[in-house]
Amino acid sequence: MASGKQQRQQLLILYLNTSALDSDVKGWTMYDGTGREHHTTGDSDQRPYATGMDALLDGWRVIQFPQLIPPYPGMEYTTSFKKNEYIFEKLETIDS
Amino acid sequence: MSDKQHLLDSRQMAEFVARGFLRFDGIVPDEINRAVMDAFEAGGISSYPAGTPFAECYPEPSPIGAMLRLPQVCGILESLVGPDPLFDHHAIHKRLPNEGKAQGMHGDSIIDTRLHFDVQLMYFPHDVPLEMGGTLLLPGSHFRRINEMEVARYQNFLGQIPMVCEAGSILVLHHGIWHCGRQNQTDRMRYMYKIRLNPSVRQLRLWNTDDLDDDTGAHQPIFAGEKRDDVQAILAKLEPWYEAGDGRLEIVNRTLLWRFLTGDEDFDVHYWLTRLENMPENRLSA
Repeated sequence: MASGKQQRQQLLILYLNTSALDSDVKGWTMYDGTGREHHTTGDSDQRPYATGMDALLDGWRVIQFPQLIPPYPGMEYTTSFKKNEYIFEKLETIDS
Repeated sequence: MSDKQHLLDSRQMAEFVARGFLRFDGIVPDEINRAVMDAFEAGGISSYPAGTPFAECYPEPSPIGAMLRLPQVCGILESLVGPDPLFDHHAIHKRLPNEGKAQGMHGDSIIDTRLHFDVQLMYFPHDVPLEMGGTLLLPGSHFRRINEMEVARYQNFLGQIPMVCEAGSILVLHHGIWHCGRQNQTDRMRYMYKIRLNPSVRQLRLWNTDDLDDDTGAHQPIFAGEKRDDVQAILAKLEPWYEAGDGRLEIVNRTLLWRFLTGDEDFDVHYWLTRLENMPENRLSA
């Protein structure tokens, strides 16, 4: 079986205090396409970065900015999913 | 009917309205905990049709019945869903030893738009150390309208609570609270018993309201940096995971539920609603 280098995607999802990328991290999720780490619900009380900007400075690339969507009429005071969801990626090279 | 001394007080009710849960550590005696564990390991407990009057469930001898009939437990439940609630369902939740992952974050049942609420009582009959997981609880998530596992992508939040506790501890939850079973990294099975109860009366001042007075709802200075610990302060306390904007809306949601539970339609916190309700129609006379 041939061996070589392949790229795998690591994903970091940060839920920020406001729509500003440099605002505080309130929640986080990680998926590791290299298979080295296995993250699951409730596995950490320590946020990976204090702000979204800190993730950027550490080499994470933003691949999704949260859209600013006005509330539907009648739903102005309803809360639901987390807002300010930023998705980041890193590409890691692994031996296949 | 419960003796007043076993009912919740208004500060505890405000805590429930604000955070969606109340926690009571080690209130169930060990003899009941051991009998419940024996029953679980022997194969489980009988269930009842949904809608059965709760008073008809778990006749003696029943270890679960003994736990649910403790005066303190009766008082907690009566304060929240009244003296004659209905049995919805129960479950013995198990987290397997050394399991590979946690359960996804979720809210139980389906999306629920009521102000009326059901309670879910969670009972932990054995010690739960951190490595055993414990139910993960997200305080203050109960007003967020989501449908069951739609929030399973959310792994961690500032302020989340892993239920690490001694045997005999109880959580009482608003039906909407987000939670999940954390990963059990021990070689022992983890058990948790959960029962859902529906109110059969209007949830209006069911707790011990002796401590409610005119001051409870009186408008207070806002943005003044004043430190208080009264009902309004409890309802105004933000959870660490809230976004800046939606955090304020959560206080509005709490205020609406407090109005519903007390019948005080003028009650407010931080003037959030009163300001919006001020729409004068009287015209200045010439």
